[in-house]
Amino acid sequence: MSVLKELTKGIYKENPIFRIVLGICPTLAISTSVENGVGMGIAATAVLVCSNVVISLLRHLVPKNIRIPIFIVVIATFVSIVEMLMQAYYPALYKALGIFVPLIVVNCIILGRAEAFASRNGVFVSILDGIGMGIGFTLSLVVISIIREITGTGAFYGISILPSSFKPVVVMVLAPGAFLTLGYLLGLSNWFDKSMEK
Amino acid sequence: MDIGHYFALIIGAIFISNFILAKFLGICPYIGVSRKMDSAIGMGLAVTFVMTLASAATWLIYAFLLDPETNILGGVNLVFLKTLSFIVVIAALVQFVEMVVQKTSPVLYNSLGIYLPLITTNCAIMGVTVLNIDQQYNFIDGLVNGFASGLGFTLALILMAGLREKLDMYNIPKPLRGVPIAFIMASLMSLAFLGFSGLALK
Repeated sequence: MSVLKELTKGIYKENPIFRIVLGICPTLAISTSVENGVGMGIAATAVLVCSNVVISLLRHLVPKNIRIPIFIVVIATFVSIVEMLMQAYYPALYKALGIFVPLIVVNCIILGRAEAFASRNGVFVSILDGIGMGIGFTLSLVVISIIREITGTGAFYGISILPSSFKPVVVMVLAPGAFLTLGYLLGLSNWFDKSMEK
Repeated sequence: MDIGHYFALIIGAIFISNFILAKFLGICPYIGVSRKMDSAIGMGLAVTFVMTLASAATWLIYAFLLDPETNILGGVNLVFLKTLSFIVVIAALVQFVEMVVQKTSPVLYNSLGIYLPLITTNCAIMGVTVLNIDQQYNFIDGLVNGFASGLGFTLALILMAGLREKLDMYNIPKPLRGVPIAFIMASLMSLAFLGFSGLALK
């Protein structure tokens, strides 16, 4: 089933964060709470699917030499749309994500998929690819933000779940905690991969 | 002109809110190009250069074309074009820098390889231009901030390259070799930089 394969490859086998290590900046910056992680994941997925569709439709028309600027303009258009929608309907989330909403435009995952997949494949598989990669990205964000939110604030999705005797490790929601969590998770996924091969 | 103000701006951009270690902007080249000292220095300089130019260019575009209060189009509100116009300006600038480097220094061009075109999608460049507007910096402030942020980026990149060149001699657990250990080192480095946040410069 190749259709199913296109959809699921982004979730583990070609997971954008843990396997290909793309799109790290927003991952580290906004994974301080699960809520932000989910919001960012959905916004990036929406942009990814839409830009994959347009780029796949344009793939025979775009001259090879100037393809990157064209891809970026397509992506920037959708980012602007998502930015305005979020500002209008989810102002709190828009504020929490801050500068990283316009920065979806330079998220390497989106340009990477445009270049590596959408510009070479049909519309339908490109949509599946976009959805799969988006889910993979969102899940990775959620995993990282669960670890950081619970250890850093003792809460899950904003609700306190650990007893008050637990002292939050504040450094986990600051910059060092982000690097540390991602470093060990990458190591863990490498180790898991190696032991699967054996 | 108040020298103290610019001093605070520069120290703030390099140490207190270092682009890589405190703001998480520009992580891809930070991990990707920090294997060798030469390419780290080259990348750092290229980014600093593009950042300074991009700060100036985007500020002018924002003030004279997009902002309804100051633009020359008679108060048309084009702020919604900010993201789109900034990325196009940055892409053009990067193309220009690439051509100059290719002509003047083929060695540097070869060692930077794939990362030179990727400066376009370096979120540090886009980040500094958006931050300049968000913070309502004036033209000179934006220029100084762009340059100092570039220096901060270069500093973090060079520190990391120095560490990673030595890393080959150590016995690191296999799954952590390469990128994971780089992130763990970045974590320690950012912990050290967190100490600068106690500096209050006004």
